Amino acid sequence: MGEINAITMPKFGLAMTEGKVASWAKPIGAVVKAGDDIADIETTKITNAFESPFNGIMRRHVATVQDELPVGALIAVMASADVSEDEIDRFIDSFQAEFVNADTGEDKASEVEPSTVDVSGRKIRYLDMGQGAGPPVVFIHGFGGDLNSWLFTQPALADHHRTIALDLPGHGGSTKDVGAADISALAKIVSDTLAALAIPSAHFVGHSLGAAIALSIALDDPSRAASLSLISPAGLGKEINATFIDGFVASDRRKALEPVLQMLFADPSLVKRDMIDDLIKAKRIDGASEALTKIADVNFKDGTQTTVLAGRLPELSIPVQIIWGEEDRVIPVAHSQELPVAATVRVLADSGHMPHMERAAEVNALLISFLQ
Amino acid sequence: MSKKSYRQAINEAIASEMRRDPTVILMGEDVAGGAGAPGDQDAWGGVLGVTKGLVTEFGRGRVLDTPLSESAYIGAAAGAAATGLRPIAELMFIDFMGVCFDQIFNQAAKFRYMFGGHAVTPLVIRAMYGAGFRAASQHSQCLYPIFTHIPGLKVVIPSSAYEVKGLLIQAIRDNDPVIFLENKVMYDQVEEVPDETYTIPFGEANLTREGDDVTIVAFGRMVQIANEAADRLAKQGIHCNVLDPRTTSPLDADTILQCVEETGRLVIVDEASPRCNMATDVSALVAQEAFGALKAPIRMVCPPHTPVPFAPNLEDLFVPNADRVEQAVKSVMGYKIRENA
Amino acid sequence: MQLSRENLLKAYRTMRTIRDFEERLHVEFATGEIPGFVHLYAGEEASAAGICMHLTERDKLASTHRGHGHCIAKGVDVRAMMSEIYGKKDGVCGGKGGSMHIAEIGKGMLGANGIVGGGPPLICGAALTAKTLKTGGVAIAFYGDGASNQGTTLESLNLAKIWSLPVIFVCEDNGYAEATAASYAVGGTQMKRAEGFGIPAVQVDGHDFFAVYEAAREAIERARNGGGPSMLHVMLDRFYGHFEGDATTYRGTGEVDRIRAGQDCLRRFRSKVTDAALLRHEDLDAIDRESAANIDAAVVHAKAAPLPSDADLLTDVYVSY
Repeated sequence: MGEINAITMPKFGLAMTEGKVASWAKPIGAVVKAGDDIADIETTKITNAFESPFNGIMRRHVATVQDELPVGALIAVMASADVSEDEIDRFIDSFQAEFVNADTGEDKASEVEPSTVDVSGRKIRYLDMGQGAGPPVVFIHGFGGDLNSWLFTQPALADHHRTIALDLPGHGGSTKDVGAADISALAKIVSDTLAALAIPSAHFVGHSLGAAIALSIALDDPSRAASLSLISPAGLGKEINATFIDGFVASDRRKALEPVLQMLFADPSLVKRDMIDDLIKAKRIDGASEALTKIADVNFKDGTQTTVLAGRLPELSIPVQIIWGEEDRVIPVAHSQELPVAATVRVLADSGHMPHMERAAEVNALLISFLQ
Repeated sequence: MSKKSYRQAINEAIASEMRRDPTVILMGEDVAGGAGAPGDQDAWGGVLGVTKGLVTEFGRGRVLDTPLSESAYIGAAAGAAATGLRPIAELMFIDFMGVCFDQIFNQAAKFRYMFGGHAVTPLVIRAMYGAGFRAASQHSQCLYPIFTHIPGLKVVIPSSAYEVKGLLIQAIRDNDPVIFLENKVMYDQVEEVPDETYTIPFGEANLTREGDDVTIVAFGRMVQIANEAADRLAKQGIHCNVLDPRTTSPLDADTILQCVEETGRLVIVDEASPRCNMATDVSALVAQEAFGALKAPIRMVCPPHTPVPFAPNLEDLFVPNADRVEQAVKSVMGYKIRENA
Repeated sequence: MQLSRENLLKAYRTMRTIRDFEERLHVEFATGEIPGFVHLYAGEEASAAGICMHLTERDKLASTHRGHGHCIAKGVDVRAMMSEIYGKKDGVCGGKGGSMHIAEIGKGMLGANGIVGGGPPLICGAALTAKTLKTGGVAIAFYGDGASNQGTTLESLNLAKIWSLPVIFVCEDNGYAEATAASYAVGGTQMKRAEGFGIPAVQVDGHDFFAVYEAAREAIERARNGGGPSMLHVMLDRFYGHFEGDATTYRGTGEVDRIRAGQDCLRRFRSKVTDAALLRHEDLDAIDRESAANIDAAVVHAKAAPLPSDADLLTDVYVSY
C-alpha cells in the first residue's frame, strides 16, 4: 500500500489560530515535490504561500476555498498513485474523527512565549526558539516592526539553529526609551542585549533598519558577527521613501495606515486587517509614537538616510548575503548594485520591501543554505 | 502582553495612572473595602473585585471608601476635579445615577461652559451597566444615551478587555468629565492585553469586521454579539462591517457614514431602551447625511420598551442576541425596492 | 479687637461694594436691560465679608444663587462681574454664566449655583483636594436655610465629617426659602443638625460683621489645623425679594424697613468703629464715594461692552472633543 499524507492548516506565527485556503497552486492529480507551493493560505494578518512538506500526488482538496479552518485542520490529502479513492476516503474519515482543534487542546502550554531581559535599565523583549550547534541566528526587524515580522522565517530556521528574534527599543514589547536613536546607539543596545543573553557571536539576519544595525555591529566588533544576512537593508545608500517613513509615523488610524503599509509589499492585497490592527496597537503604547518619531528624525529625515555604511563593507571578512525585493518602494533595490564587497546579492521578483514575508519560502531557502 | 480579564485590565489602568500621577484618586462605595471594619482591609476590591489591591499600594488617602451617599461623593469628585485632582469615582451600578444626577449634569458637565472656559474638570465616573446578570430593573439599565444627550460629558462604553484598558487610561488623562461604563457581563472575559500603558483616542470607531454587504453599528457588549452574527453570516456569504464607536460622545459620525456609503445597508444594535437611544441617534444621522446611499431601510435591534425583567427567561428574551442581529441583517439584505413606487 | 486699621477699611470696602453693587442692580434690573434672573445679597454683606476676610486664593468657596456678595468678598473684579450680569463678552465668564453661574475658579470662587444645595458636595471635593495635596487651604460652603433641607447638604455634612475635611458650612439663614418661611420648612434646628453629625457649630448674628469674623476665625483655624468641618449658622436678613421682580407679598408689613433701620450691617459697622475711634467717618465716607464711582463705572462699562460673538455659542463645552 502506498503512502498517504495529510496536509493540514499551517501555523504562521504565534497568534495564528485559524486560516483559509485562498487558492490552490496544485490541482488534483498534480505531482508535488516537497517544497512546492501547494496553496496560498490567508490569515487575518497576511497571505502566504504554503509549501508541501511531502512528495506525492495531490489527491484531494479537503478544504473549500475561503473556508475558515483551525490550525491543524485537514486541508488536503496527498498520496502515491497506487492508493485507491476508498482508502483516501477512509483516511479522511479517520483523520476527521480524531481531529481536535488545537486551540482548545492542551498543547498550547508548550508554545514558546517571548521573554524579556533587562539591558542597563531597558527592558528588551525577545523570542528564543530552537536549538542547534554554532552561533545562534539573531533576527533584527525593521523600522516600526517587531519580532513578529519574522513569523514565517524564525520557525523555519529554528529547526536547525537556536534563533533569537528581538524587539528593538521603541518597538514591540521593548522599552520605549530609544536613547540617541542613531544606528550605532541602537547597535550598542542590541550588542548589550546579546551580551546579557550570554551570546558572544551570532549569525545576524536584519531587515531594513535592522540590517543597518546588524552591519554596524559587525563593523564595530567583527568578533560578534559570524555572518550577515541583510534583507532590504538600510545603510547602503542615501535614499529612503519619505512618504512611507513619515506616513508610518503620522498615521494612527486604520484608513490612514493601510495605504502606507501597502507600500511595503509588491502585492498590496497582502496587508490584512490584523496586521494593521497590531501596528496601531503597538503605536498606541505610551512612548511608542515618540520613539518612532525620534528614530525617524535621527535616521531618515526628509527621505535621506543619515548613516551610509556601504563604503566600509570591505572591512568585513565574514560571509555577507544581501536579499532584496525587486519592487521595493521603501529603499531602492539599486543600493544593492556595485557594492565594494564580495557579497552574494539576491534580488527576488514579485517582492517589495518585505521579501521575508512576501517570498517567505525563497528567503527561508536562501537563509538556510547560506547558513550551512 | 498576556491574557487578562476585563476586570484586571481596568485594575491595571487605574493602578498605572495612580502610579504615574499623584493627583489621581479613587473613590466609591467599597472601592477599598473594609474601612473601619474589624476584618481584612483589602480582601474585596468592591462588589466585583475590580479595585482589589489598590488600597494596599496607594493607601486610604488616595483610595477612599465612601458612605452610601452618591450625591455627596459624586459632587465631591466634581469639586475635587475642578480644584486640581483627577478623581475616578466608582458608582457601582449605573442605575444609581438617579440619586446624583444633579452633580453630573448640572455641575460637572456645565462648569466649563458656564464659567466661560475657565474650568477644567478631569473627572471619571465609572459604573457598570447592562442586562444579563439576573439583576432586575434597578441594577441592569444601559443609561448611556441619557449621558450622551448632555453637552459637556464624554461617554465611553468599551467592548473588550483590550479596549477597556486603553480607553480608561485615556479617560483618566482626559481633561473633561467622562462617564465610563463597563458591562457587568464582561468582567470575566479574557483576551490579550499589553502590560504597558496605552491609550485609545475617543471618537474613533473601531472596525471589528469588514464586509461589503451590511454595516452593523453596535455599542458596548453588543459589539460581541454583532461580531458573532457577522461571523455566522460570513459563512452564509453575507459580509458585514461591524463598527464599534467606542464612545457615544464624541461619536465618530464620519466613519459610520463612510461605512454606510460603502455598504448601503445599516443595522444598529443597542442594548439601551429603544426610544431616544443610540440606535435612533445613529439612524437619524444616517437618514440625514447618507440617505442616498441606503439600499434598504435601517433596522434597529434593541430591547423592548420595558424595564429589565427579573425572570431569566424573560431577561434572555429582552437582551438583543446574535440570532436577532442575523435576522435583521438578512431582512435588510432581502429588501427589494418597490418598483414604480 | 484684632483687626488692623487696614483690615477694617478693607472689610467696610467689601461690604459697601456689595451693597452698592446690589442696590444698583436693583435699579438697573427694573429697566429691563439685564437678562435673566438676579438674586440680590443686599443686607447679608457681613456674612460674606466676615468670612472671606480670612481667606486667600488657595481657599475655595461655593456659593448659592445669591452669589454676588461671595464673589466680591472673594476678590472677583467688580467690572468683570457687572459685564457678566449684562451677558457681555468681557464678563468674568464670557457672558455664558450670568448672575446665577458667576464664578472665577482662579480666585477660588467655584461659582454661584442655580441648583439649591448644589454647592456643599462640590466644596467637599475642593476640601479633599486641599487635604490630598496638602495645600493648607480650606473650603467654604455657603448655603441658605432652604438648601439646608436638601439631601446634598446633609450628605455633605456627613462626608466632611467622616473624611475630616477642612470645610466650613455656612448656613446663611435669611428666614425665607423663596417665599416659604424657615420656621415652617426647617425641622429641628441647624445647630442640632450639625450636632447630630458631630460637627461643632455656632449661631452668629449675621448683621454684625465682628461676630461673623470672630466665629469664622475659629472655624477656619480648626479646619486648617486638621480639626475637620464646622458649621456657622448665620442669622441675617435680605433687603429684597428672592429674585428681582419678587413682589415680596409674603413678608410682614414694615419688616424690611425695620431691618434696614435697625439691623443694617453697614450702619452697625460704622457706628461700632467710629464709636470706638478705630476709624473716622471721613475714612468711611471716602470709601462710600469711591465705591459709588466704581459701581457707576462698572455699569457704564458693562452697558457699552460688546456681546459675545456668534462663534462663542460653540466654544468652551469641552477642553477637547
